[in-house]
Amino acid sequence: MQSIYYDRATDLAHALQLGRQPGARYIGGGTNLLDLMKGDVEHPARLVDITRIGLDRIEELPDGGLRIGALARNSDMAEHPLVRSRYPLLSQALLAGASPQLRNMATAGGNLLQRTRCPYFTDTAFDRCNERIPGSGCAAQQGYNRVHAVLGASPACIAVNPSDMNVALAALDALVVAVGADGERRIPIADFHRLPGATPQFDTTLASGEMITAIELPATPFAQHAYYLKVRDRASYAFALVSVAAALDMDGERVRAAHVALGGVAHKPWRQPAAEAQLAGQPLSDERSRRFAAQLMAGARGYKDNQFKIELAQRAVVRALNVAARGERA
Amino acid sequence: MSEYTDALIITRRGFLQSALAAAAVAEAPQLLASASESAREVHDPAAGTPVVPDVPPQQVRLNINGKDYQLMLEPRVTLLDALRESLGLMGTKKGCDRGQCGACTVLLDGRRVNACLTLAIMAEDRAITTIEGLASGGQLSPLQAAFIEYDAFQCGYCTPGQICSATALLQEPGAGQLSDDAIRERMSGNICRCGAYPNIVRAIRSVAQRPA
Repeated sequence: MQSIYYDRATDLAHALQLGRQPGARYIGGGTNLLDLMKGDVEHPARLVDITRIGLDRIEELPDGGLRIGALARNSDMAEHPLVRSRYPLLSQALLAGASPQLRNMATAGGNLLQRTRCPYFTDTAFDRCNERIPGSGCAAQQGYNRVHAVLGASPACIAVNPSDMNVALAALDALVVAVGADGERRIPIADFHRLPGATPQFDTTLASGEMITAIELPATPFAQHAYYLKVRDRASYAFALVSVAAALDMDGERVRAAHVALGGVAHKPWRQPAAEAQLAGQPLSDERSRRFAAQLMAGARGYKDNQFKIELAQRAVVRALNVAARGERA
Repeated sequence: MSEYTDALIITRRGFLQSALAAAAVAEAPQLLASASESAREVHDPAAGTPVVPDVPPQQVRLNINGKDYQLMLEPRVTLLDALRESLGLMGTKKGCDRGQCGACTVLLDGRRVNACLTLAIMAEDRAITTIEGLASGGQLSPLQAAFIEYDAFQCGYCTPGQICSATALLQEPGAGQLSDDAIRERMSGNICRCGAYPNIVRAIRSVAQRPA
């Protein structure tokens, strides 16, 4: 691994100051950044350690929501009593990801910023990857593309966002709290991650010099009926081919509201709130769920190796909705 | 190391290290030439042209198995490499070096982590426990003894990571009531090429279900 300078921030102001140095990147758990540095994909000159500035707390908000510090570890988030009782969807999604060791290290902020696992991005043996080398092309389009996007892709990039946490956050209408030179702002999760467009090298709308300080979750009615379904090649410790975060607000058998986000299908979690409205006001039925799923997948386009994702995602949506409605922990 | 190996004048590792050192001396002139550069330009299309620094080692305090060490390490040195290369604690193994196999699992403040993706300097002032630190007063831990009793290893390379990982698992909530499937899920970060999984699960279960 290349040589790097190391700074340890003592508080938020210090972290922001250190982060403004040329070539500086923040490091929390390091589970993605160090992995990519070892692979010669990321080349920071300086790592700013922000693990000891007290941004790891998980606290209730006055409106009944939750504020999760950016440096909270994935395992601590998943096991926190307030997350488990109020946002079980988030807890399930976190526990579906990575390994126990990685969950103990990875942070909330780092998980938001996690980069794609497309092999043309992670392996520098390949020289055509617009995400890693802007303008070099996208080898996946005509190459190996089994784990790639079927929605929102562009001629420049068909990679997917690999995070489970991000899919649950999308269903829960999370806000990403970021601090920069202009102060603090709250970015709705739907606007945080980007579709590739012509500039796939930018995964998020975070501005240069900005640091994520927290994730805020609004109070939601989804604690009783939520389910994170992850479909993958192995039973554990693998990224999603397709995943579904389904959250329902139920009035007896009747659905009051539904939030459904998909993972593994696009450069960002995929959600269509306009389509969700059709599930409201009546009980679930497989027919209605299937129709909703088809609308959610509208415009999907598969590639040589991943056509199966289009049908798989729809069936997964139907199953996830049914399990969520039953209030089970399948 | 056992009393038996202590008695050997030349160990296998010592022989290989001295053989490699002899070969390295012949290569030294080229290495000295490249070290005289203070930094290199690296083209990073995403962020202009940052300079790759030549950062010298600095003081790093590590607390390992209850003992404090003062080391001189470059910031880029992982905890795994510090343990093996600077401290001679070879029990922790390097399997993939990318956080995917779990062979490098150690405990940081009692929680299992991958040492290969932990910078040593970031582990300062934390309590680090390695496989060498699990036995107490010459007595194997119950889990170590169970791994022997249930024949839970073959080549032994993943074993220190398996044992450290399982040691932490046993301290996590609900360990006593875990089904075999749940044990497998909670051990999913440790892979074994020899396929010793069934006996690893048996060994863990035997300790988990022991009356306190």
